[in-house]
Amino acid sequence: MGRFLVPLGVFGLLAVFLFIGLSLKPSEIPSPLLDKAAPVFSLPQLHEPDKTFAPAELRGQVWLFNVWASWCVSCRQEHPVLMQLARTGEVPIYGLNYKDAREDGLRWLQQFGNPYVASAYDNAGQVGIDYGVYGVPETYVIDREGVIRHKHIGPISPDVLTNEILPIVRKLKG
Amino acid sequence: MKQLILVWLLLVGGTLACVAKEAAPVMGDAAMQERVMKLSGELRCLVCQGQSLADSHSDFAIDMRNKIMALMNQGMSDQEVKDFLVDRYGEFILYSPPFSGITTMVWLGPLVLFTIGAGVLFFNLKRRRKTVTETTLSPEEESRVHSLLNKESGDKHA
Repeated sequence: MGRFLVPLGVFGLLAVFLFIGLSLKPSEIPSPLLDKAAPVFSLPQLHEPDKTFAPAELRGQVWLFNVWASWCVSCRQEHPVLMQLARTGEVPIYGLNYKDAREDGLRWLQQFGNPYVASAYDNAGQVGIDYGVYGVPETYVIDREGVIRHKHIGPISPDVLTNEILPIVRKLKG
Repeated sequence: MKQLILVWLLLVGGTLACVAKEAAPVMGDAAMQERVMKLSGELRCLVCQGQSLADSHSDFAIDMRNKIMALMNQGMSDQEVKDFLVDRYGEFILYSPPFSGITTMVWLGPLVLFTIGAGVLFFNLKRRRKTVTETTLSPEEESRVHSLLNKESGDKHA
């Protein structure tokens, strides 16, 4: 009997590890920016190039910072979810138009609708680097003190919105 | 002979062209370029995780290499560039994880497993040698073995 217990135990342990491995997402790297102040920047706005957008202006409110681009296929996928959220007005969404051509970004919003209060225009992608963006879309939840409380990598599905993002937003709003 | 030289030149030329293409997105003098490529060889491309920033042709890797060059031009040391990227992307961007915290397991794990394996092997072999030497046959058993073996070979020939 004892002869079988050891291999069985090893097999069981291996199975447990492999099973955990199945549910891991290696493409989602935890951000070192979590619970740190959102990096400061000031960029021209997408719609009005003479105006700037700076996260510092949003002190005192909870907001979502969504990195998007017209060339990003998954952004199309999450777009209806953002539109829906914008309609409820539960939390303001600000965009970072990442490494895009201005006319492409504007056309994209015209075609599919604009869920953003405003979008910052990051043509060079430098702000993206400061935020550790490596795959678009990415979404940050930023609190009243300007601290990043959550980061979601990849498109926001309705499920992610209701079970992951909105609970955090509600908690932060108190 | 002339043809051979031509072929050789073509081959070498082709390789050089490939190298040039790989480094193309990063501009600057040769020494700086070498420094950028050396450092990006120690950093992970987060989009194509099995590759380093030096090996990858993805947009992300090209952006990163350009950023690394820009930071170096600002006078940052290699370590400062690394710290800059770790602050933004996390330790995962380092190809060799630091020897601290949970990553200690990554460094020591193989050594520990090897020691355990070697120990198990050693004790098993030791035990087996003992059992092998202990098995001796009595004269009756030996004659029985012989008769059985003879019978067997006799059967086969029949």
